[in-house]
Amino acid sequence: MTKLICIVCPKGCHLEVDDNLNVTGNSCKRGEVYGKNEVTNPTRTITSTVILKNSCYTRLPVKTSLPVPKSMIFDVMAEINKIEVSAPVSCGDILLKNVLSTGSDIVACKSIK
Amino acid sequence: MEKNYEALYDIVVIGGGSAGLAAAISSYDSGIKNVLLLEKEAYLGGILNQCVHNGFGLHTFKEELTGPEYAERFIDELKKRDIEVRLEATVLEITKDKEIEYSDTLGYHKIKAKAIICACGCSERTRGQIRTPGDRCSGVMTAGLAQRYLNVEGYLVGKKVFILGSGDIGLIMARRMTLEGAKVLGVAELMPYSNGLNRNIVQCLNDFNIPLYLSHTVKRIIGKNRLEKIVICEVDDKLNFVPRTDKEFEVDTLLLSVGLIPYNPLLEKIGVAMHPKTRGPLVDSDYQTSIPGIFACGNGLHVHDLVDFVTNESKKVGECAAKYVLENGFDASKVLTVTPLNGIGYILPGKVYLKDEGTIKFNFRVNKPFKDVSIIAKLNGEEIKRTKKPYLLPAEMVEYILDMKLLKEGELTLEVSND
Amino acid sequence: MYDIIIVGAGVNGCFIARTLAKYKLNILVIEKESDVGDGTSAANSAIVHSGYDPHTGTLKAELNVLGNKMYPEICKELDVSFKMNGSLTISTNEEEDKKLDELLALGKANGAEVRIVDRDELLKMEPFVTKKALRALYAPTAGIINPFELCVALMENAMDNGVSLHLNEKVLKVEKKDDFIVKTDKGEYSAKVVINCAGLYGDDVSNSLLDEKIKLVPRKGEYYLLDHFNEPYVTHTLFSVPSSKGKGVLVAPTTSGNYLVGPSSNFIDDKDDVSTNNEILTDVVKEAYRIVDNIPMQYVITEFAGLRAYHESNDFVINEKLKGFINVIGMQSPGLASAPATASKVASMVARDIELVEREDYNPIRRPYIRLKYKSNEEKNKMIKENPLFGKIICRCEEVSEGEIIDAIHRNCGATTVKGLKKRLRTGFGKCQGGFCQSLILKILARELNKDMKDITLKGEASYILLKETKGE
Repeated sequence: MTKLICIVCPKGCHLEVDDNLNVTGNSCKRGEVYGKNEVTNPTRTITSTVILKNSCYTRLPVKTSLPVPKSMIFDVMAEINKIEVSAPVSCGDILLKNVLSTGSDIVACKSIK
Repeated sequence: MEKNYEALYDIVVIGGGSAGLAAAISSYDSGIKNVLLLEKEAYLGGILNQCVHNGFGLHTFKEELTGPEYAERFIDELKKRDIEVRLEATVLEITKDKEIEYSDTLGYHKIKAKAIICACGCSERTRGQIRTPGDRCSGVMTAGLAQRYLNVEGYLVGKKVFILGSGDIGLIMARRMTLEGAKVLGVAELMPYSNGLNRNIVQCLNDFNIPLYLSHTVKRIIGKNRLEKIVICEVDDKLNFVPRTDKEFEVDTLLLSVGLIPYNPLLEKIGVAMHPKTRGPLVDSDYQTSIPGIFACGNGLHVHDLVDFVTNESKKVGECAAKYVLENGFDASKVLTVTPLNGIGYILPGKVYLKDEGTIKFNFRVNKPFKDVSIIAKLNGEEIKRTKKPYLLPAEMVEYILDMKLLKEGELTLEVSND
Repeated sequence: MYDIIIVGAGVNGCFIARTLAKYKLNILVIEKESDVGDGTSAANSAIVHSGYDPHTGTLKAELNVLGNKMYPEICKELDVSFKMNGSLTISTNEEEDKKLDELLALGKANGAEVRIVDRDELLKMEPFVTKKALRALYAPTAGIINPFELCVALMENAMDNGVSLHLNEKVLKVEKKDDFIVKTDKGEYSAKVVINCAGLYGDDVSNSLLDEKIKLVPRKGEYYLLDHFNEPYVTHTLFSVPSSKGKGVLVAPTTSGNYLVGPSSNFIDDKDDVSTNNEILTDVVKEAYRIVDNIPMQYVITEFAGLRAYHESNDFVINEKLKGFINVIGMQSPGLASAPATASKVASMVARDIELVEREDYNPIRRPYIRLKYKSNEEKNKMIKENPLFGKIICRCEEVSEGEIIDAIHRNCGATTVKGLKKRLRTGFGKCQGGFCQSLILKILARELNKDMKDITLKGEASYILLKETKGE
C-alpha cells in the first residue's frame, strides 16, 4: 500500500495504491493513471545549471529533454555537474546525448551569444 | 509651451520581465508603433532568468518550459517588432503628467509618454517584515536571493538549510539546493495549510523526504557571525506559540519564503491609490490606476501563482493602454464597484466601466481553503450567478468571468457559500 | 614605534584619532571588527542630545553640552548628515508634568538651551504628538545625526591626515615597559601613549595593565526601524518622561528620512549579544504610544539592538591612572553627543604626556561623498557623461549607482563588506533589504577588492554569505 498526493490538478486528492495497483481516493480518471505510474515507474524532469565559459555569465540553465526515472535523479545530476560549455549556445542545443542511457538528453535552456 | 523632455513616446513600459514583455508586444500589436521598454538589468526576462525549474507555459504554449525558455520566446517575439529597448535603465521618477526620468550609462534622461505601463514586479517579504527575533548573523536570506546566487551566479549559500514559509519559491529552492548538494532539514509553515502548489510539495519535498511542519514558525535565530542554529515552535489557531513544542535545528542557512509584495515606489511617490490587500495599485477594468493613462500589470499589480496568468493579464493591459492612446481615454459613464465578501481575500479589478458587449474577467483569492462550496455573485443585493467549486485554495488565484450583459451600474459582490 | 595607539574605532576612537591628526604624531588605531563604528556606535538612537538631563557636575553633563555645540561645524567639514531638529520631552499626566519642571531646572543648571512649551504651542510645533499631551520640554539644539557616516568620515579624514588603521585585529593586552607594548592577535606594537576606547571591552583592556580593576556591564537597547514613506510624520525627536510607568523611549526621524522607535533598556551578560526579542519590542511600542497616537508599523523594515557599556558610577570614565595610559570608557548615552568634547578633553590630557606640534598640511575637510540622488538633473547628466557607472543604478530602493559604490570602496577607510557599504551608502537599507541588489553588491565588492565573491562577507570574520561554487567537488 502506497499513499500519494495526486498532482494532476490543484485539488490534491490523497490516493492509496495497493499491491494490485488498485487506486482509491481519486476523484477522476487522470488521478488513477497518475497513481499507477507513480508506483510502477515514477519519473521526473531534472533542471539545473552547467558551467559556462566564454561569457559574462558563469552558469547556463539546462534540463533533461524527457523525464528520467526518479531513482536516477542524483546519478543524472552527477553527469550534469561534469558538463562545461562555451558560448555561443542556442536554446535547445543538446549538451549531452542519452544521459546514462535513459533516452533523455541534457539540453540548453537559454541562448547565449 | 517649451518642450523640456528628450522624446515623446506613445507608450513607455517600465520593466522587461514577463509582464513588461507581454505588455510591450501587445501594445505594439494593437497599433502603437512608438513603444519604449525600460529594463533595469542588463538583460530582458526579469526573474524568469533565475527560475531554471520547469512548469512554465502550460496555458500559453501547452508545454512545460523552464523560466529562461519561457522568457526567450517572448524576447524573440519582441525582437521581431520595432520596439525600442533600453537596458540597464532604471526609472527614478514618474509624474502624473506621465513624464519619466531614468538613468542609464548614457546619461540622465527625461522623456514623456501618452501612457505608462508599470510592470515593475514584486519584492520578497524580509526578516524585518515578519519580525523574526534573534541574532543578526549572515545565512538568513530570502529564498529568491538564494535562488539568484545558485542559478545565475553559481554559488551555493549553505550546506545545512531550513526554510521558513511554504511558498513556491521556498519549495523549489528546497529541491534545487538538495540537487546541488545541500541538506534541507525541513520547511516550517505558519498556517495549518501549505501556501505552495501540491505538485511542489510532492516533487520538491516528498521526493527528498524533507519534512513540512505545518502550524510552525521560527522562534529564534542563533549565530554570532554565520547562522548556527534555529528554534522552531508550534503555533495555535491564534498564531501564538504553543509551550514546550520547541525544536532545534543546527543549520547554517535559513531561507525565507514568506510572501511577495508588489514593488511600487514610483507609483506610491505620486500618490497612486493602493489596494490594502494586494499592496499593488487599485485598478479599474481597463487596468488603469487612479491616475489616467498610468496602467499596471504583472506581479507589480498583484502577485500571481503562474507566469501564464501574468502573460494573459499583461497582454490585456497592453491592449487597454493602446486603446487609451488611440481613443484618448475610455468611456467611464457607467460604473460598477466590486466588493469581496465572505471568504474572499481580494478581487481585481475593484471598479468596472460597463460596456454593452463582451465579458469581464475578475481575479480573486480566497482567504482560507474551502471544499465543495459555491461562489455567489450578487448585483445590488440580488444573486446573478452561482458557481459550484469542488475546492478553493488561498495559494490559487481564481479567474472568474461574467458576461457584461448580466451587469448594470451599482455594486457587485462576490462571496463563498457553503450552500 | 608609535606616538599614540588608540584601541577601538568606535565614535570615540575615531573622534580622538581625527582630533590628534592635527598634530605631528605617528598614530595607529586598532579595531577588532571589520569596520569602524561597528559596535555601540552603529546601533543607537542617532541623537545629539542637548544635555538637559545628565546630573549637573558629571562628565556626562559637561561634555554633552559642549559636544552638542561642536557638531554643526564638524559635520560641515566632514560632510556628515546632521540636522538640528530639536527634541520635545512630553508630559501626559501630573507626575510627568512635575518631572518636566525638574528637567527644566536641570537643563538650565547644565547650560543647555531649554524651555517649556504649552499644549497649544506643542501641537502646533509637532502635530503628531499624542492628543493626551499636557506640556513639553523643548530643547532646540538637540539634533539627529548619521552615526555610520560620522565614524567613517572621522576615520577617513584622520587617515587623509596620516593616521594608520588596522581592522580585524584584536588587542589582547597592554604592558608597560619603557614605553607601552600593545599585544594583539596579529602582532606587537610599542607606543608612548595608549588610549583605551575599546567600548564594551574597555574593562578588559584596562584590567590587562592596571591593578585597579573595573567592570563594564552591557545594557541592551532594542529598536524598530521604519522605512521612509510619503505621508508626513514626526519631525522632532520625541521623548517620553521617565516615570514610575517606565524609563521612557523616543520616536524620532533619522537623517535619512527613516524613523526610530525605541530603545528598551536591559542589563545582559553577553557583550556580543545583539539579538532582538519580540516581547521586549512589543513593550517598546507600548511605551512609545505614551507620546504618539499613531505608529505606522506597516512600514517597519527591521529591528535591531545595540549595547551600551555601563559603569557603576553611571558616568563616563575618562582618566589617566598611569601616565600615558588614558581610559575613555563607560561611554553610554550621551556618549555620541559628547564625543567631540570628549576628544578635545583627551587631547588636552595627551598634551601633558607628549608635546603636540601642529601640522602645517593638516586638512580638516573631507572630500564629500558622491550622492547623485541629491543633485539636479543637469548635474546628474554631466556626471554620468564623465563616468557612465554613475548612471548604472544598483540599489533602486535608495537610488545608489555603481559609480558611487566604487568610490565608497576606494576611499581611505573604504567599505570592504556588505554591511560596510550599507553603512556608507544605504545600499540594502530600503524596502527590499538587499533582496534585489545584494548579489550585484557582492560582485562589485569582489571585483574592486580583487577577491572571489564567496570571500565577501556580511560583516567580517566568519559571516560569510556564499559557501562555495556549484559544480565543484
